Amino acid sequence: MRKVRDSQTTRVDSPKANRNHLRVIGFPRRRVDARAKVTGQTRFADDIFLPRMAYCKLLRSPHPHARIRKIDTSRAAAHPGVYLVLTGKDVPIQYGILPVSQDEQALCVDHVRHVGDPVAAVIAREELTAFEALDLIDVDYEILTTISDPEEALATPEPRIHEYGEEGNIHKLVALEFGNVEQGFAEADEIFEDTFFFQGNTHLAIEQHASVAVKDPEGKLTIWSSTQTPHYLHRALAKVLEMPAAHIRVIATPNGGGFGGKSDPFNHEIVVAKAALVLDRPVKVCLTREEVFYCHRGRHPILMKFKTGVKKDGAITGMHLQTLIDGGAYGSYGVASTFYAGALQTTTYHVPRYRYQGCRAFTNKPPCGPKRGHGTPQPRFGQEVQLDKIAEKLKIDPADLRLRIVESPNTVTANFFRLGTVNLAECIRRIVKVSDWKEKFRKLPEGRGVGLACSAYLTGAGLPIYWNKMPHSGVQLKFDRSGGVSIFCGATEIGQGSDDVLAGIVAEVLGIDTFDIRLFTGDTDLGPVDLGSYSSRVTLMAGNAALQAAERGRAIIADAIAEKLDVPKERLCFAGKRVFDSAAPEEGVSFQEAVCIAEVRFGTIGTVGSYTPPKSPALYKGGGVGPSPTYSYSAAVVEVEVNPVTGWVTVPKIWIAHDIGRALNPTLARGQVEGSVYMGLGEALMEEQEFRRLPKKLSHALVHKFPSILEYKSPTSLDMPEVITELIEEPDPHGPFGAKEVGQGPLLPIMPAVANAVYDAVGVRIDEIPITPEKIMKALAEKKAGRDPRFGPSHFPHINWPEALRVPPPWEGGDGNAVNDVRRGKSRQEKEKVLAP
Amino acid sequence: MMRLPLFDFRAPRTLEEAARILDGERANAMPLAGGTDLLPNMKRRQQVPRMLMSLSHIESLNRVMLNDSGLRLGACLILSEIAADPRFRNGFTALAQAASLVATPQIRNMATLGGNICLDTRCNYYDQSYEWRKSINFCLKKDGATCWVAPGSSKCMAVSSTDTGPALMALGARVRLVSRSGEREVLLSDLYNNDGIDYIKRKPDEILAEVLLDSLHGWKSTYWKLRRRGSFDFPVLSVAAAVRLSRNNTVEDARIIVGSAACRPLAATEAAKSLAGRSLDRQAIEEAATLAARIAKPLDNTDFDMTWRKRVTAEFVTYALRELRGDDVRAERESFTRYAFE
Repeated sequence: MRKVRDSQTTRVDSPKANRNHLRVIGFPRRRVDARAKVTGQTRFADDIFLPRMAYCKLLRSPHPHARIRKIDTSRAAAHPGVYLVLTGKDVPIQYGILPVSQDEQALCVDHVRHVGDPVAAVIAREELTAFEALDLIDVDYEILTTISDPEEALATPEPRIHEYGEEGNIHKLVALEFGNVEQGFAEADEIFEDTFFFQGNTHLAIEQHASVAVKDPEGKLTIWSSTQTPHYLHRALAKVLEMPAAHIRVIATPNGGGFGGKSDPFNHEIVVAKAALVLDRPVKVCLTREEVFYCHRGRHPILMKFKTGVKKDGAITGMHLQTLIDGGAYGSYGVASTFYAGALQTTTYHVPRYRYQGCRAFTNKPPCGPKRGHGTPQPRFGQEVQLDKIAEKLKIDPADLRLRIVESPNTVTANFFRLGTVNLAECIRRIVKVSDWKEKFRKLPEGRGVGLACSAYLTGAGLPIYWNKMPHSGVQLKFDRSGGVSIFCGATEIGQGSDDVLAGIVAEVLGIDTFDIRLFTGDTDLGPVDLGSYSSRVTLMAGNAALQAAERGRAIIADAIAEKLDVPKERLCFAGKRVFDSAAPEEGVSFQEAVCIAEVRFGTIGTVGSYTPPKSPALYKGGGVGPSPTYSYSAAVVEVEVNPVTGWVTVPKIWIAHDIGRALNPTLARGQVEGSVYMGLGEALMEEQEFRRLPKKLSHALVHKFPSILEYKSPTSLDMPEVITELIEEPDPHGPFGAKEVGQGPLLPIMPAVANAVYDAVGVRIDEIPITPEKIMKALAEKKAGRDPRFGPSHFPHINWPEALRVPPPWEGGDGNAVNDVRRGKSRQEKEKVLAP
Repeated sequence: MMRLPLFDFRAPRTLEEAARILDGERANAMPLAGGTDLLPNMKRRQQVPRMLMSLSHIESLNRVMLNDSGLRLGACLILSEIAADPRFRNGFTALAQAASLVATPQIRNMATLGGNICLDTRCNYYDQSYEWRKSINFCLKKDGATCWVAPGSSKCMAVSSTDTGPALMALGARVRLVSRSGEREVLLSDLYNNDGIDYIKRKPDEILAEVLLDSLHGWKSTYWKLRRRGSFDFPVLSVAAAVRLSRNNTVEDARIIVGSAACRPLAATEAAKSLAGRSLDRQAIEEAATLAARIAKPLDNTDFDMTWRKRVTAEFVTYALRELRGDDVRAERESFTRYAFE
């Protein structure tokens, strides 16, 4: 049997991360929802069974692109056991996650855009009956030209997949220039041009999407759903069902994994809500794995071209990035994704001049959207692999090169993102040390190698998805005479540990145990709005809101106890479930008594807290995507073994350092790092959302190659290497107790580090993700034949880019505005419509 | 979730009763052993039998009999038992290795030897839901007219994906088939057909009851499986090899089987013949590997690139024969399978 490899994690505290005064925060704890999860008592959406409940199945388009001429549902409606058949005309109002992309319909009315697009719904007594009745719905389609990839989309303006967008089948074009990039290239000693391709992949959360909707006894709508964004679903339901939002309750059930795949409002959610209202019966839908692949919203396939100028010492003089992005059939978060693909290049290394051109095309495939790292892992792959090539050409160790050019803390970047703490250099130094990098790089025997890469990620999107000035997160606390405290917050537990973050922060401030706390989260009726579990925002934003609410509660109680004990309230200490005089610790009361005393003094005790991110200096159009209160940093070293004949790759070990600010619960933080490494490794080596175009002469079909959890290859536990995690802690002033994000950033360096390690091992460049044995074998053959030892795309197509918005960087006197924006005269509100997560 | 279609269910307690039921129902009924393949297929509507007849209550199908003349294995033995049983070593090693490399631990606890031998052929265009197959207008193997892997082909090209089949062929196994009208024994290599639809010569009224192996004294065998991950995956190529070596280490007899490269496991007869009378030196192994790879004609209907799968065939034959001559190839085995067989 295979020997078990222990995954070690090492915690290293910097002197700045003084935990002396803390009792909960920073200590490894069992998460608050652990018991429910390991004993199988967590109630996921599909675990909900209600009396009289009916089941819903969706009839999906078998064609990649077609017009619907006619739908006849009469045979299905007459089928025994069928309660209701819905079609597009029953729910025709368009919706979508972004205000600029309201392009979805719960059931297609007259146009299907990918195999799997829903056209009708059957609600029946049994799920099997509903399935059988799907075959009784007659749909008359007029087949349209299939558009299978972005280059085909560029070449095929008609038929249009959507009637909006830039032109033809181009959804979005972006062109931004920060400083004169050509001048930057003129000042360079060396210029590097590289083309990369990053294949699409999907989230593969273990829980399939499921929802149950019911008309409640008062006649209002309640829906339980596995969603990461109950607030945005709430808004979409109100819009499509034309109901007051106050009469709709969305309860986000604990998600069995989300990773961005449950961040959009989905057609099945709207359909069961509508059906429950029509039937006055609970209606459930639980998608099959195949249907989850059709919901998708996963990683966009991106073809990209990097042109980077550097000085001999490695300093970057200018960078130009072009991307061609396969959006799939709908907008989803795509406009944001297009900006994100060009956003974070400036946040790791100093880039004085930067130009970005991005193009997202519509294709007849399930829509792409946000997956862990949203839009940034693809260009991060290109950037970090190109840096490896630059280091080799300049004869500088790749770790040393990066150390020379890391960006400084508290900087405003060329594209006007304000950075907080930046401990990337410390991450690199730590990883070099623990991996024994200097003894391995270019020194291991043929077939073995190491690669290094870095990354940055935002700790919460600085702007909401729809324009408003309200807080991004709110928390209410109820202080009970029992000594218990209840937390009410819209934050959604998707497995990442958001409930535990809230409980940990409140417990720390009030000096109680997390077990004394009851959580009411992810419920639009019970808690104040939190925008959702996306963009790594919850720990910082809901955490800060919880911190404020808890501190306000502590202040109220302190006032009452100071009076009672006759000590100055500054001397009061909240710890060990007591409130006491820090100068005379025996003088005090229990926390429960303290709450009662405060209630006598002030009446019922409840507090609120909320959080709004700081205003971003990026005022140009598109500057809404990328700003964050602060950024996390990661550095990773990956070791690989490559079979020089077959190209077979294995990864025995990975070292990763993550600049987290402070780990609120180190056990969970390490879990997030290891989970990211796991997901990154899957993307690096095998995961592909791949499609099959059948021979055009015989068929117009364009199908997902294999929408199953068996044949969509994601690593198993046996494929997981040993992972050494280093948490770098310097508390960031923006985060609660100094915390920054850890949910997404650590994924980013893995893919480029694998590619760089493969080069170190066998001397071939795989400029394409995933890095499969057949690609390595082809590159090895090129190497053997004396040609360019590389596998990857060879060209970037011509695109008619619009004139770039020119924004002078801060060091050239820029104020964050574009100097040539024709829209500048328009209202701020209109400009901000392009905001995104 | 995907729901099973409705079906009648029978659970006979004797082989005779089972044979009687199948005789009455013919193609309407299917025997159900572990169900790890059949039930998911039914959910996808690849097979929609009107009746399932469980074999799990027939005690005789769970028997193992080992004596000097050989081994008899009941068809309903589960794969995890075969993988763990120390009696299945030395000559029988290939079988135990193959059983241990099927799918996942959970599936090996349900899946049976007979079920794996009879495993339906697999194809990326066929192992899909009803709705998916509808969107390609179905395929030759089920409900359609075109083989999408090879649109010019009049034959279905679905791939034999059994692990134990190639291993047992390398061991010269026979199987005993029982029906109401009698029983017959056939060489396993004669049971398979090179046709994705008509891949097995078991008649609808026959029950594969037993696997019979002659004594393998003096033989050594091994099984190499190619798959993407360390667990879960069906083979996309496999090599089973068995040799009997003389005292001076020359090959007296050899069998090399290439699995998952056609609609049936392929006997690499010429490759095996080329070894006769020779020692397993580098040149002999290289020649045999080249000959064996020549018969592998993988198509683009499984995981991985087909030309790459063909290239790996030669490599796997080499590993297998090196292992049989006594080389330590544990590192290579672990690298490919994440699994060290002990």
